[in-house]
Parts: sequence; C-alpha cells; structure tokens
Amino acid sequence: MSTLRSSKQLLKLSRRATKPLPAPLLPRATCRYIAAYTPPHQARAISVLPTIVDPSSKEYKENARQMGEVMARLEELTKKIQQGGPPKAREKHIARKKMLPRDRITALIDPGTTFLELSALAGHELYPEAAVPAGGIITGVGVIEGVTCMIVANDSTVKGGTYYPITVKKHLRAQAIAQENNLPCVYLVDSGGANLPHQADVFPDRDHFGRIFFNQARMSSMGIPQIAVVMGACTAGGAYVPAMSDESIIVDGQGHIFLAGPPLVKAATGEVVSAEDLGGGKMHTSVSGVTDYLAVDDAHALVLARRSISNLNWPKKEFPPRTAYEEPLHDPEELVGIASTNLRKPLPVHEIIARIVDGSVFSEFKRDYGSTLVTGFATIYGHKVGIIANNGILFSTSSLKGAHFIELCCQRQIPLIFLQNISGFMVGTDAEREGIAKNGAKLVTAVACANVPKFTVVVGASNGAGNYGMCGRAYGPRFLWMWPNAKIGVMGSEQLTAVMETVGKAVDPELKARIERESEAVFSSARLWDDGVIPPSHTRRVLGLSLMAALGGKNEPADTKFGVFRM
Amino acid sequence: MYPVSRSRLLSRAIQSSAQRRHLSTTTQTHHITSVLIANRGEIALRVGRTASALGVRCTTIYTDPDAHSQHALSSPFAINIGESNAYLDGERIISIAKAQGCEALHPGYGFLSENSAFAKRCLEEGLVFIGPPWKAIEAMGNKSRSKDIMIQAGVPCIPGYHGANQEPLHLLEEAKKIGFPVMVKAVKGGGGKGMRIALHEQEFLDKLESAKSEGRNSFGDDVMLVEKYIATPRHIEVQIFADKHGNAVALGERDCSLQRRHQKILEEAPAPNLAEDIRQDLWQKARAAALAVGYEGAGTLIPEVIFDNDTNEFFFMEMNTRLQVEHPVTEEMTGEDLVSWQFKVAAGEPLPLDQETIARRIAERGWAIEARIYAENPSQNFMPDSGKLIHLRTPKLSESVRIDAGFIEGDTVSSAYDGMIAKLIISGPTREVAIRKLHAALQDYEVVGLSTNIEFLKKICKSPDFIRGDVETGYIQKHNGELFAPDVVEPEAFAQAALGLLSNELSSGALNIGQGPHAEAVGFGQTSSRQYKFIPTGSSEPIQVDLEQSGPNLFQVSVKGSGIDQTYSNVLCTPGHPTISTFFPHTRVESTLIVDGDKLSLFQHGKQINLTLSIPGWFEKALGLMDVTNSVLAPMPCKVLRNEVKEGDKVKKDQPLVVIESMKMETVIRSPQSGVVAKLVHKAGDICKAGTVLVLFEEVGTNGSD
Repeated sequence: MSTLRSSKQLLKLSRRATKPLPAPLLPRATCRYIAAYTPPHQARAISVLPTIVDPSSKEYKENARQMGEVMARLEELTKKIQQGGPPKAREKHIARKKMLPRDRITALIDPGTTFLELSALAGHELYPEAAVPAGGIITGVGVIEGVTCMIVANDSTVKGGTYYPITVKKHLRAQAIAQENNLPCVYLVDSGGANLPHQADVFPDRDHFGRIFFNQARMSSMGIPQIAVVMGACTAGGAYVPAMSDESIIVDGQGHIFLAGPPLVKAATGEVVSAEDLGGGKMHTSVSGVTDYLAVDDAHALVLARRSISNLNWPKKEFPPRTAYEEPLHDPEELVGIASTNLRKPLPVHEIIARIVDGSVFSEFKRDYGSTLVTGFATIYGHKVGIIANNGILFSTSSLKGAHFIELCCQRQIPLIFLQNISGFMVGTDAEREGIAKNGAKLVTAVACANVPKFTVVVGASNGAGNYGMCGRAYGPRFLWMWPNAKIGVMGSEQLTAVMETVGKAVDPELKARIERESEAVFSSARLWDDGVIPPSHTRRVLGLSLMAALGGKNEPADTKFGVFRM
Repeated sequence: MYPVSRSRLLSRAIQSSAQRRHLSTTTQTHHITSVLIANRGEIALRVGRTASALGVRCTTIYTDPDAHSQHALSSPFAINIGESNAYLDGERIISIAKAQGCEALHPGYGFLSENSAFAKRCLEEGLVFIGPPWKAIEAMGNKSRSKDIMIQAGVPCIPGYHGANQEPLHLLEEAKKIGFPVMVKAVKGGGGKGMRIALHEQEFLDKLESAKSEGRNSFGDDVMLVEKYIATPRHIEVQIFADKHGNAVALGERDCSLQRRHQKILEEAPAPNLAEDIRQDLWQKARAAALAVGYEGAGTLIPEVIFDNDTNEFFFMEMNTRLQVEHPVTEEMTGEDLVSWQFKVAAGEPLPLDQETIARRIAERGWAIEARIYAENPSQNFMPDSGKLIHLRTPKLSESVRIDAGFIEGDTVSSAYDGMIAKLIISGPTREVAIRKLHAALQDYEVVGLSTNIEFLKKICKSPDFIRGDVETGYIQKHNGELFAPDVVEPEAFAQAALGLLSNELSSGALNIGQGPHAEAVGFGQTSSRQYKFIPTGSSEPIQVDLEQSGPNLFQVSVKGSGIDQTYSNVLCTPGHPTISTFFPHTRVESTLIVDGDKLSLFQHGKQINLTLSIPGWFEKALGLMDVTNSVLAPMPCKVLRNEVKEGDKVKKDQPLVVIESMKMETVIRSPQSGVVAKLVHKAGDICKAGTVLVLFEEVGTNGSD
C-alpha cells in the first residue's frame, strides 16, 4: 500500500511539473461562441393558441343556446332515422331471425372501434311519397380485423331495401370514398333492387345503378378487395354485387341470388321453381359457385366476412400511439358557444383550431400577411396536417398566401384541412385592379391540383367562388363534413334576393325563405352534397378518423403537379 | 462468539462427548449428507427444502407424466423412473439411490412410505430409511396386529373383526355381531381408500366387494376388517416422535374431523373443545404406545382416534407410521421443523426438545389450521378434476401464512395422481383469528383451469358450527344445506365479465392500427351496443349484458336475466389484463377475469364466479357438431377399470355401465337412460380423456325398450 501511495504522489508531482502555463487572456469580444439555451417548452410556447372565449359571457351563452336547439333537433332526427324503416317492417325482419342492418355493422366491426357513418340524413324529406330513412342504405368507414374498410349495408326494412335515386348516389359516394382512400369494401346485401317507379332516375345515366358494378370491377382491378355478404334478396342487377365481388358469403335459407325471381322465370319460360332451388345459398355455394361460403345465419355470415378481411393480407400502418400526442388544451365542447347560427357574425377561427388540434399547438404560417385566411401546421391525433381556415373575405393577399401554403404542403406530403366559412372573394374596383380574379384563380388551381389528402369542414358559410378556393365538393376532398349551423349556396339568401331585385326580376315572395331553407346543412346532407353533419365538438374525432382512412392501409403519398399559375 | 475461556470449555465438552459416543457404539450419530426423495409433488419439495437447509444433497425421481413437475425441477439430480406408477417400484428406486450415491431415502407420505418390505430392503441395501424401523411399520401397517398391540398398551379399541377368515358371508356374520352400521376397511388401506360403510345388512356384500376392488387396485391387497361404525365421531390424532435413545414425545394433537369422501380437507391444532385432562391422557397414551412398539421417527401414534363427542371416549382407529400430509399444522403450532427432526432421528441424534418444552410451546403459540386445496368439484360430490393450472394466484406469504404446494401456474394436475394442489396453513393467536385469516387467505387464492374446493373451504370458514368448534367427521353431510347453498351473484359481476372480455380483446393488440379517436362517440344519434350472454355455473338461464361504448373507457351497461334488471350509466372502466378496475356510479369494483375458451372465471370481492359464455346459435350447425344423446361420455380423464355390461345388454336407467378410476378414486358411470348397449368403446385398462365416448346405445326405435 505504501508503494502504491508513493507512486501516486510521484504521478501527481510529474503532472504538476508538466502542466502548461495558463494561456494569455484573449479579448472577451472575440471569444463569444455561446448560444442561449431554449428549453423545448419555451420553444413550444410560441405555437400554443391562447383563448379569449368566456363561457360565462352573454354572447357565448346565446350562441350555445341557439346551437343547442339546432343540435337537439339533429340528435332527435338522427335517432329516428337510425331506427330504419317502420316498426312493422322491423318486427318482420327480426321475426325472420335477421339482424337489423346497424346491428350487422356493429357485429362486423372490431370492438372498441368507432364506425364513421356517412350521410345519415340522406333522403331526408326528399321524396314526397315516402320516407326513406338514411336513403335506405347505411354506409361508413369501419375497422374490421384491424383493416379500415368501407361498409355498405342495405336496410331492407326501408322499402325492401330498394334503390331510390338517393340510395344509388349514397352507394356510389361510398364507393368513391373507398376508391380514393384504398378502402376494402364490404357489401351487406339485402335489397330488392332498383325502385321501379323511380327507374328513370336510377337506371339509365352514367352515375346510376350500373356504376355500382363498374366501380366494383375497377376497384377490384386496382387491388381494392370487394367482399359481399348476401343476407337477403339479391335480384336482377343486384345479383351482380356478389357476382362481381372477390369473395362472397351467403346466408342459408335467407340470401337469394338470381337474375330473375321465380315469378319472372315462370312468366318467361313457364318453369316453376322455388326461390331456394333457383338461387338459394346451398345451390350457389355447392352448384353454381356464385358464392363461396354458406352461413347458418347473419351472425355466422359476419364472422365469415371478418375472416375474409383477416385474410386480405392488408398492410397495417402504425399510427401514433395515444402517448404521442395531447388532447387540445381548450375544451372542444366549447365549440357550441363559439359556432354561431348567425353567419353574418365573424367566427373566431383560431378558437376553432385551438379546439381541434393536438395540444392546441398551431404553427401559423404568414400570420400577419393576408390575415383573412389563416394557414399553418398542426397535428391531429399525431398526424401532421396543414390547416387553411377562413377568417374573413378572401383578398388577393390571402389567396396568394393560401396558394403558397398549399404548395408547401404538397411538396412535404402533408394532408390539408380546410375550415370553410367563406362568403366569397372580395369584389370591387380595388380588388379587381389588384387582380383578385387571377389571384383567386391561383388558389383554386392550387386546391384543384393538390394531390395530398384534402378534408373540408364547413363551419359556417360556403358561398360563391370561395367554395372553390376552400375545397368545396367539386374539388375532391376525401371527406366533406358540415357543422349544423353551416349554410351552403351560391350566395346568402338575402344577397340572392337583393341581386334578383337589382336585375329587375319579379321576386317570388317565398324565394328568400326557400333559399334560406335550401342552404341549410340538413337540406344539403339529405342530397348528399356533403358526407354528413357533425357536432362541432366531434370535429377533431371525425377528422382523426378521416385521416386514418386516408393514410392507412395501402395509401401511398402521391406527387402533385400544379397547373399554370397566372402571374 | 464465546469468550475464549468459554469456547475452550465448549470444545472440551464436545471432544469428551465425541469420545463418549465413540465408546458407545450403539447410539453413534451418522450425519446424513445425501438423500433420495422417493416421492413427488409438494411433499418431495417440502422434504427437499429442509434437506437443502441442512446441507443434504437431494436426488429426486420423476415419472413420465411428472417430467416437468416442480419437484423434478427442484434438484439438479433428477432421475426419470418411467411409467406413472413407478413411484411404487421399490427395487428400481433403491437401485437409483445406490447408483446416485445416496446415503438415505426419504419416502414422504403415500407410495412406499408405509411399505415395511421396502423399508427392510433399504436397510439390506445399506440405505438409511428415514422413518421407523421396518418391523414397526409392519406391526402398525397391519390394522389387526396394531390393534392387538394397542390393546396390550392399554389403548381402547373399537369393537370389530380383524380375523383371517375373509369369506364374505363370515364377514357378514361378524358384522351382524358388531351391529350395524359397520365399516369395512382394507387392512392395508389408509386415507379412505378401500373403505366402505354399510348402513344395513342388505348392502353389506356390495360394499364389501367395492372396498375389496379398490383395495386390490390401490395397494394390491383386499384383506378386510370390519368395525363398528360410530355415527358422530371426531377424528383426532397425536403427533409422536421417538428417537433411538428410547425417548418419545407427543407434539400435540390434531383435529382432522372435516372430511369429504373420508378424506381430510381441514386439519387444525390443537383440537377444539377438548378438555385438558383428555388431551393429556391422549398424549400420554400415545407416548406409551410408541415406546411399547419400539418406535422411532415421526409417526402419528394413537393416531387417528375416533373421539366420541358425547361420551368423551376415544378409540384407537389406525396408526400411521409416516409423516402425515397435515404435519405443517403441528410445525406451526410447535415452531419446529418435523422433517429436520426426522433427519436428526435417522442420524441417531436425540430428540431436540423434551415433552415439557413442547407443551409450553404449544400453550404459547395459539392455533394452526390447514386447508387442503384439491382439484375437485364439491358440487358434484367432490369428483376429482384434473387439468392445466392456467391461472394461479396465491395469498401473500407471511409468518402466519404458509403454502406447501407442488404446482405453479402453467403446471398440469395429472389424473394419474392425487389431486391435491396445495396446502394452505394459517396460524393465529386464537382459533377464531386463525379461521378468519384462513378465510381471507382463501379469498386471495385464485385457481383457474380446473375445479377446486376453494369456494367450498370459504363456506366452511363461515359456517357457524365450525367457528364454534362443533366439529365431527360427518360435518359436511350434516351441514349440506348450508354449505351447498347456491351463491347469489351480484349483477356487477356480469358487467365485469363483459367489460373484462372486451378489455382482453382490446389489450391483446388485435387493433394495431393505433387507437386515434376510436372508441369515442362520433356524430349524432346513438352508438350501437354489443351483447354478451353468460350462463352462470349451475344455472341454465342466460344473463345478457349490453355494453355501449361511448368513450375509450366509458360505457353504458345493462344487465338482464335471472331476475336481474340493472342499468349502469357512465361506467368508467380502465382496460387491463387480467385485472380491470371499474367505477360504477355507486361503487368501485376490481375483478380479475381469466378466460379459458368459453369458460370464464371472475375473481372479485374475494369470490370466484364461474360463468360460461353462451354459444352463438349458428355454432353447432356451422361446426357440424354431432348429436351425442345416444352415447355416454367419460366425465373426466380416467382409466377404465371394467365394463359392467355387455354389448347387446338391455339396461335400465341408473344401472352401472362402466367403472372408471380417476385420481385414484373409483367412479361408477350409470346409464342415463334405458336402452340397449350397442357398443362398449373401451375395454378395461384403457386410458380415456374427458369427453371420450364410453358406451354407445342403439338408436331409439330400432330396438327401443323404453
């Protein structure tokens, strides 16, 4: 030990001896190579949206009251629609040991997942002669065995599941969404085919009944699986749904597929045959091979359908886990007091964004330029998005800013979210001289050409060319949702009446009221101008599910090539 | 450390004692350094534990079905002895012990532990048999001889016939002399095997044959004795230890009155409601008897007396020369390790404690109680069960909570051996405290995968007469109504089962696309609910639970059926696996749900609730399940002992068809219907799985007789 100690001492001594002399001091100014440390939470603070919403204010309470009334009406209406057809038809359906279509969907999707229903209000007050709840067909995005799918389910309690024009439109819209978002399709078929009195609006045109099978064939060719579950009638044209599917399942004694039913066969050839022998499940699975699996009942058929989906070998994309993002700092429920039924009042769009995005964190782009259009980056359930939101009328500056931002997002493959509350582009001498037409066109060009997934939520007004610049229905958003207070039309009812009077036409005294009614969200949704009316507080969830549908599975980023921007 | 002067003294003392021992060759101590444990399960582990603590090297043996059992894995020296009955193969075991260089052999209980021939062979082969001398085993093992010895030692015996004339009719005559009811019992039997009670003359011959058959199958001997059967007896035994120096002590008595199928399930020490003078008399007679037979080692002498509650009389019943299953009760009451005593006595050391010290210890230490946890179904007459322990949670061990077990989670309780899963031993300052603590510990004992008697044991702990100490061997039959009263299942349990199933599915990672907003309510209108259908055990009426999910952890729950109609809104359930914690509006409930196919076991509030998931309507048709009404299935994994009928026989309902053996117990399979036997699928000796077809009937109509 003593030797060790001494050697250590020696070492110390030698160190002391060889230690160099301190360097001469340099002038302070020249050795400044230090950056102040910014902790992440301070860096983040610049992006956190503040709120000035006061839930105890008179204005908030008034908004909440009015919105509350509208929402209560919608809640009631939706619940009624969700019941499906008349009680007698439902009872008959259940007595046949068939599951109601909504129960079929619940059994089909994974527990713990949410079914994103599309256009529940379709067909509402559309046909004077008949109520067609949900258009007689339930469509939506659901998760089956971990695969996000498009589910299309006929409701045979509604007019035997026959296809009204709106039914066709809803079916086709679901297929369009499936095609754009690469969603495998599951058809729960239980339909009597085309609604004959409406055949003129169902059969002949391009986007009529035939398009369903065209879409099936095209989607199948694109590698988007088509699965049919025949749970009821499948006559004539309808027979092609299972026949055009990649795999099909039929319920024994319940599902029937034939080009013509027994009465028609008898009329045509004199052959007398039972429905079961002509096109029953046993025959089709063992003789004709039209269907691939025979199910004992609905529940069994749905288990088989789930199994088919599990065998799609569909890629499963990892999405950010719950721990990777925060809920908004400000309560989304407060949107009812922020949204207003009076659309002439400006909507504080930052307050809306603060209740949609993760942690209320919004990296605003070009905040102080063209401030009537708000642009910036944020995340929703961990998905990066670019947000474009109206905060007033579109001017040349705001249009240029919007086009710029869309270019950024397309280059970076960031999905775009449009929060629409627009009465139009600015008019008047100054605006025209600034070239609002060509600058607005730049925004429209950018929106039209952007190949990133686009999502639109109409939170207020949707009028005129503003609708185009803000990715209206014609501009191909993957999903378009409306708030209950939203209104859509070429212009507001008052302006429209005023214009009509100015151009000297005799104005129908009913006109204003009619335009007002036709602009409402429920009217729009009944005609499928949108994909559904949603509670404002659910906007974040709806966008989250929409993003998962658009980004998951086989979806790959697509490049954007813009058209000519007039300079 | 001792001061130098003292330690010097001590070493001198040791030296001198060594010299003294050296001189007296008869009592030379020879410390055992290696042992072969000729047993399995918990007792093999128990012996191994003490042996290891004493620095003794252990060699274990295992059979093919036991290859992965805990005792086989407990030692690096583990020898395969082949077929399931090889634990009885004495010669093989002796040769293994010698090959492995073991000095001693510990037989545990059961198997070869009371086989005097084996003990003798050990001696001949130079192995120390840890147990009494073979002559003592022989004397005690033979019930007639042991009785003679007891009578000579002044121990009262029960009237009976122990003669050599085994003619059934002669035995019947003897039975008549004794007076019914009588008990027929295999002379070499024990543990309730080879024993039957004949309540009246008419059934005597049947019972005799059955006892003989079981005797032949269990230990290859069917010599029977006939005894007076006492209707309300207690079963008390005294733990005796004797050394090679002529000392014998009584380590207190045990009350083992709580029995089913003549096998003990609850044992306690001291015996409750026993007058001190009787206790002392018992101890004294036991010691005297031990000395009389030249006994040494651990045994329960006077053991197993029948104690008449009314007359305070006791009769000698039988004598076990082995370490008893319930020895831990005595260990807890005395604070001594009996296995280590066995090693010491076998090594020739004197007994570690004298009778006075033991008596003082017992007086100080309060109460000890042991519950045997069996794989069996109490509601089906305690029919043995077997299977995999898919979930096993045990109470927290402490000074007063001890578990001697041979299994861990994932192990299989084989039908080839006794179905005891574990022994739970509780001690407490008083009997009441010990029983309460036992109940609490049983509440924390979770076993899934096979039926157990845990719920039944909990009921005994709550039975007022038992708490009062009014025990007798017929306790379970007498309190049948109370102990087998159907359980009331609270509606929350069904809600928890449904939530747990959903939780299992969600945490199994099936939904691996990332949660996002999934499970949240989206849009206007109502979200659909999912229905779960359960059938509680012992009921046929299904209970429906509707779950409506309105948030990741938020549910609306409704429970309907069997008189229940309950709705809970805003139920907050945090998914977990296997335990979920749920906030109902009125209470928080924590449950563990173990799912085994359609069988669900729910543990909550210290209770096990067994439910069966109802089978969907399409199931049978889709799976093409056959109608099996025309066949009789094996109720459990078993060995076919014999077919009682022939093919083509006309049988009546309840007529015996097949006799099977499972868990060393015979069970008669009776005809569920009248009919004609079309086919006997298995012959005697066949091993069958549960659900195997044993008998096929002819189709009704073709040859129907009913």
